[in-house]
Amino acid sequence: MSVLVYTEVSKGKIKKASLEAVNYAAAMATQMGTTTTAIIINSAEASLDDLGKAGANKVLQLTNSAVNTSDSQVMTRIINHAAEAENAQLIIFSNDLTAKAVAPRLAARLKAGYIAGAIAHPIMEGNAFTINKNVFSGKAIASCYTNSAKKIISLLPNTFPVQTTGTPVAPTSFEVPSEMLTSQIKVKEVKRESNELSLPEAELVVSAGRGMKGPENWGMVEELAKELGAATACSRPVSDIGWRPHHEHVGQTGLAIRPNLYIAIGISGAIQHLAGVNGSKTIVVINKDPEAPFFKSADYGIVGDAFEVVPKLIEAVKKFKAAHH
Amino acid sequence: MKILVCISKAPDTTAKIAFKDNNTAFDENNVQFIVNPYDEWYALVRALELKETLGGTVTTISVGEVDMDAIIRKAFAIGADDGVRIDAPATDAYFVAEQIATFAKQGAYDLILTGKETIDYNGSSVGGMIAEMLNLPFVSLATKLDLSGTTATLECDIDGGTEVLECNLPLVISAAKGMAEARIPNMRGIMAARTKALQVIAATTADKLTEIKSYTLAPGRTTCKMIDAENAASLIDMLHNEAKVI
Repeated sequence: MSVLVYTEVSKGKIKKASLEAVNYAAAMATQMGTTTTAIIINSAEASLDDLGKAGANKVLQLTNSAVNTSDSQVMTRIINHAAEAENAQLIIFSNDLTAKAVAPRLAARLKAGYIAGAIAHPIMEGNAFTINKNVFSGKAIASCYTNSAKKIISLLPNTFPVQTTGTPVAPTSFEVPSEMLTSQIKVKEVKRESNELSLPEAELVVSAGRGMKGPENWGMVEELAKELGAATACSRPVSDIGWRPHHEHVGQTGLAIRPNLYIAIGISGAIQHLAGVNGSKTIVVINKDPEAPFFKSADYGIVGDAFEVVPKLIEAVKKFKAAHH
Repeated sequence: MKILVCISKAPDTTAKIAFKDNNTAFDENNVQFIVNPYDEWYALVRALELKETLGGTVTTISVGEVDMDAIIRKAFAIGADDGVRIDAPATDAYFVAEQIATFAKQGAYDLILTGKETIDYNGSSVGGMIAEMLNLPFVSLATKLDLSGTTATLECDIDGGTEVLECNLPLVISAAKGMAEARIPNMRGIMAARTKALQVIAATTADKLTEIKSYTLAPGRTTCKMIDAENAASLIDMLHNEAKVI
């Protein structure tokens, strides 16, 4: 028996969210008196040392260019194969795009209780797990129970800080029968905006809304983000009228994010917007309207004109960086 | 073209969230329910657009009790042809998926669409489960869907970009923002909704693999520290020394 954790590489490194998932899996394995096995597919030249450091006792490395990682059917067969090989009754994902495509399929195949978006370690009583997860778009927390023989949990990214104090392990080559790779989905094109920080993974986010008055004024938002090393985001009205791309929209019907720092500029803070960002550790609101509801959900607030405040912040970040390097 | 769209109900996005029975159940008192926005705005509307250009039917399917009917009629008003309600409370994703998969097996649907997630339980699970139960391909969180003959072309967000996928029908898709624009039902649609067929069928036996035992409200933020606009630069020091996020 072991705990299996699915991991990924991005930009030549193990993803931070994957390391969080390995930490999480290892903590459960310890509690269950078993070991942790990580699986990684087509990691190319990336160093896998961090998987062991984060707590994996074994690393299954599948290298095969025929694997279509965009096909949830193929991915389900592969992870199921690894779970069988490792006799894993518990499978852990980070609750990212892959998990949303693959974990439910795998749960249906294994008839496993699936808890999506866990925010805490489970309370274990025999075979039964009780796990907290966010519901009502972050407005409440539900205590979810599952007692099925097999279980799948996806961990909400940025819930726990990553710890890499363990020892690296040499990866074990993992192969799957070729018929498992039969895919009905063709990847026609991949468009990457290579310099852009991935919004769901970003620890710092600078977001702006209608208060910016027009797309031509986004330069200062982007500059503040660049100086901070932050990703940019926006409110729904701004993406709806085409000032910013859809994939930047955070909120109830867009992306839900939970960075360490969320700076909202010229966003009033409608309840639907808050639903997408209320998991952020620290929220800064800059708005010229002192009555903007967002101030009630913020940690720091500045009442003022974005066109005056933001340039001051950019200067302050530059000074801060100069003083701390 | 036969399209099945999975519709669930959700509390209005502005609803006050509260719990009852010793925090073991959602308090539906004074809560206005709506069609789950992802199901309506993206999955249903795109299905209707495809039907309008290619012909065919759009059937909705829901798992729920009688209070779901008003939600299904709303989907009719927007343009769905008919609907099915499987008469059982929707408490577990696996249970719901098995109900829908059992129904869908008999219907030879070309496309099964769900929304990205419901805005109450946020599981993003039912679409993938249905696909596995039906042994069909599944594209998760598609932001674009076009059909040419029996081939679907889809766009999905990936880390730091997008990818374009192609897949033959039949296919299960979960729909995310970008796939369509919300439609407001017109008077003709609202009138027609009353007479469209809503079939209620009994649930099949299926396991429930998860259960919510209790709820708590998310802790709010204590106080917002206000910083004078003239002194905006001091924010950066606070973020470093106090909040320790930079």
